[in-house]
Amino acid sequence: MNSRKLKPTGLKLFVFSASLVPLGWYTWGIQTENLGANPIEAVTRGLGTWTLNLLLITLAATPLQHYTRWTWPLTIRRMLGLFAFFYACLHLITYLWFDQFFDWLAIAKDIFKRPFITVGMAAFLLLIPLAATSNRQSIRKLGGRRWQQLHRIIYLCGVLAVLHYTWMVKADISNPLIYWTILAALLSVRALWKIKNRSF
Amino acid sequence: MHIFKKNPILPSEITPHAIYTRRREFLKLPIGLIIAGMLPEAQAKLGPGKASAFSTTETPTSLKNVTSYNNFYEFGTDKADPAAYAHTLRTKPWTVSIEGLVKKPRTLGMEDILKLAPLEERIYRLRCVEGWSMVIPWLGFPLASLLRQVEPLGSARYVEFITAVQPDTMPGVHRGVLDWPYTEGLRLDEAMHPLTIMAAGLYGDALPNQNGAPLRLVVPWKYGFKSGKSIVKIRFTDREPRTTWMKSSPTEYGFYSNVNPAVDHPRWSQANERRIGEFFKQKTLPFNGYADQVAQLYSGLDLRKYF
Repeated sequence: MNSRKLKPTGLKLFVFSASLVPLGWYTWGIQTENLGANPIEAVTRGLGTWTLNLLLITLAATPLQHYTRWTWPLTIRRMLGLFAFFYACLHLITYLWFDQFFDWLAIAKDIFKRPFITVGMAAFLLLIPLAATSNRQSIRKLGGRRWQQLHRIIYLCGVLAVLHYTWMVKADISNPLIYWTILAALLSVRALWKIKNRSF
Repeated sequence: MHIFKKNPILPSEITPHAIYTRRREFLKLPIGLIIAGMLPEAQAKLGPGKASAFSTTETPTSLKNVTSYNNFYEFGTDKADPAAYAHTLRTKPWTVSIEGLVKKPRTLGMEDILKLAPLEERIYRLRCVEGWSMVIPWLGFPLASLLRQVEPLGSARYVEFITAVQPDTMPGVHRGVLDWPYTEGLRLDEAMHPLTIMAAGLYGDALPNQNGAPLRLVVPWKYGFKSGKSIVKIRFTDREPRTTWMKSSPTEYGFYSNVNPAVDHPRWSQANERRIGEFFKQKTLPFNGYADQVAQLYSGLDLRKYF
């Protein structure tokens, strides 16, 4: 019993520390002036990139468990999702603070006029209920089925987040295309399972 | 007692040993080399260049930032790419051919181009369409003095600028990110305006490759992408040239692309800018602060329509 409990703890500690590495990297980069000529842009984009990375990694946990039959991906899934939300918060704060300096009128205009900001903000807002219900009590309260239905919103968050990135880019969409490919793969395996379950 | 006083000579006033030991080296130099060294042509530096009344008194952006944060998609779309990869660009020999609706089409070598007019230092603001800006001490001469060489015909109304494509030195041109060669254009009166220069250097030295060596356009009241880098051809036309960015996204990039805080880029506001090296943003000025000099070029033109 004890050893079974210890194993995920070590793994969780590792995932926890690893997820903080990007934040450490950018903090260190600002301290040492190592982020180039436009450090604020580098931090804003970097935090956005890591939000996307963690969203996709979170979405990869279930397929990984499904195909390998390993159980550990599921034990860290919640933590990964919460870290995706954590980086989304930091990304949003850098925008509100260092890009707009809390000029709420300009922010409101941005949200309604700029599609890439609109979808980015939508993705963020949709992550809030997921983060807020990422605990046992909520699962119990909502009931497993309803909780699961609610958390399927993360698929939409993934789509909106990659769309946000694609619409932000100026001409070179090669990086967004990589994210689209991975996202498409992660979502289509789920669609496949659903079709299979129905036909049998 | 007087002579025992502390030595009043500061350490900084003493000739460093390394220089002291080389004190006679110049005597061994051939006399011709010494004289040549005093001539301007022999100097490695291109500048300093004549001071100009068009220069701003704002603090220039650091040389490091000016040369490490560039948009030069031929070398990659990341802003660090040009500094990393542009060293391979072949800038010698370099010619610029001027053709189209002109009486005397010509192809000029870089050496001849530099003799057309004295180089001036023009400290200009540069506002990128992405929302950041710099202050750059360019070294250049009015584009007008180059354009006059070919005697434009009366029918010429626009000038098109075509930049270099070197597939073996430019990794970016193998990708279809933009339509190569990168081309830009100006109306003839914009091209002949005294603010419009061809720059051959910055910070008193020849242009670093990532900044568009050996010769680039600088139009300070327009967004940075209008100022084409590494120009090889200039063509006079009677019709408005379709520029690379207009082809890429016509709803986002217009022919004029004058800096205008009142007309937003469809995807972001142009009201403010971040001066590279500064924390807070500042308000963007109409025509990038050059309205007094250029606003009359556009009197009667709807700048929302002709963005």
